[in-house]
Amino acid sequence: MAERITDETIEYVGILAKLELSDEEKEQAKKDMTNMLNYIDKLNELDTDGVEPMSHVFPVNNVFREDVVTNGDERERILANAPAKKDGSFKVPKTVE
Amino acid sequence: MSKQYETVIGLEVHVELATKTKIFCGCSTEFGGAPNTHTCPVCTGMPGSLPVLNKQVVEYAMAVGLATNCKINQYCKFDRKNYFYPDNPQNYQISQLYLPICHDGGIEIETSAGKKVIGIHEIHMEEDAGKLVHDEWEDCSLVDFNRSGVPLIEIVSEPDMRSADEVIAYLDKLRLIIQYLGASDCKLQEGSMRADVNLSVREAGASEFGTRTEMKNLNSFKAIARAIEGERARQIELIEEGKKVIQETRRWDDNKEYSYAMRSKEDAQDYRYFPEPDLVPIVISDEWLERVKANQPELRDEKKLRYKKEYDIPEYDINILTSSKKLADIFENTIALCNKPKEVSNWLMVETMRLLKEEEKEPDDICFSPVNLAKLIGLIDEGAINRTVAKEVFEVIFREDADPEKYIEEKGLKTVNDEGALRSTIEEIVEANPQSVEDYHAGKTKAMGFLVGQTMKAMKGKADPGMVNKILLEILAE
Ligand SMILES: [Zn+2]
Repeated sequence: MAERITDETIEYVGILAKLELSDEEKEQAKKDMTNMLNYIDKLNELDTDGVEPMSHVFPVNNVFREDVVTNGDERERILANAPAKKDGSFKVPKTVE
Repeated sequence: MSKQYETVIGLEVHVELATKTKIFCGCSTEFGGAPNTHTCPVCTGMPGSLPVLNKQVVEYAMAVGLATNCKINQYCKFDRKNYFYPDNPQNYQISQLYLPICHDGGIEIETSAGKKVIGIHEIHMEEDAGKLVHDEWEDCSLVDFNRSGVPLIEIVSEPDMRSADEVIAYLDKLRLIIQYLGASDCKLQEGSMRADVNLSVREAGASEFGTRTEMKNLNSFKAIARAIEGERARQIELIEEGKKVIQETRRWDDNKEYSYAMRSKEDAQDYRYFPEPDLVPIVISDEWLERVKANQPELRDEKKLRYKKEYDIPEYDINILTSSKKLADIFENTIALCNKPKEVSNWLMVETMRLLKEEEKEPDDICFSPVNLAKLIGLIDEGAINRTVAKEVFEVIFREDADPEKYIEEKGLKTVNDEGALRSTIEEIVEANPQSVEDYHAGKTKAMGFLVGQTMKAMKGKADPGMVNKILLEILAE
């Protein structure tokens, strides 16, 4: 079988996911992804003509909330999860466009 | 001979919806809270939290779609748009790609070049990102998620515009439609309406589009017009030099009047959209659609026709009075109180416009109440104050929304209707100015104006000019 996941693909996916992978990790990821694609191929053996693509397992539609404020100021609890904080904000590395 | 170029422009307009809460959680959308005081696990992307859709967002999106002649997808879904940025806590934005709520609409615009329909490709619902502030003291950035999860609709036009004029006309029309619907206040300066401009140029008559760039950071109509001119010139220069226009996102710097390529995020834009698994599909029944249709408020074009019919005021005035929902509301609410359409129109068209211009404000910034304008009109009508005093009082209404009845009482501005008091003042003035009296009798009409002026001055402006004229003529004729 032709190589389904090329080195370039792994490189590209790594960039998109912001991951720096070692050569060994790249090889492993290539194998894993190839296995996943092969597994998906199994599903292609089924005849799905006339079957609508499904996005949810349950046949549920229209789950809504009314437009009413239910949350108060939870800043301290929210910021308790921040790796770094300052002045009531999440602190992150300098980011400018 | 130099070549002729045509500019091709399409817009992506983001509008913040006027809901009380965010799109997927019960956090307030109110402006101005301290950083992160309107946040919860959902809008900060905490693991395990689940979004629940705000029904009002769907209704507003439908209303805008209907008002812009779109078809409504009665089966629509959300998708995930994946990218990393610190203002995006989930590392994806919940948006709509495959089945947006509205599609294939359009609105008619009018410019000096005539009338034209600008197509709307689609309108989709999505969530806003947080705000990144660069820290002044440390080499870091601070993230405030109060805006994260505020509902947006993105209105994507067809590439149907050919000039800055058309772009402004389109944006203005869109702004008014959405304001009239009450779906958003659409303030460019404050970011509740944002426009990204996709622009390319091609030789006049060419059938293929040129390579386009996308410009961001445009926060006023003037900046948009300048950015379009600047980018058009830049692209033509590249083409004339035999270089290529690169498809990229550029940031407009309105101070330097130049656009800069935004640092490409080291990769092509590849958002790897996929169906949002945390939200179930939206099914819009015919009944629901009909209900939203039936609840659509009167839009500007209908309002214009009605004003013409009901109030019999000039078209020019109607255009201005309906150019802002706020102004039209004040106009109608004041008429409801005093039933004097021409008089109300006059105060709005002349004094209000003059004061707005003086203070460099927009009609949307008006803060006086119809009650006080109606009272002022009533006071003039019953002769309690004259027009000169009324203008002075109106300025106070305009600035502080003062109650004119209380104000003229406190300041003692009521017109003196006591004829005897007025007559004795005028007699004194006539006596003190024999030269003017002589001039008047010699046929110099200017002398009359002088005497009226002196009387008004002595009365501190509180006399009824009609009455002053009448008494003065009587005395001079004696
Ligand atoms: Zn929230």
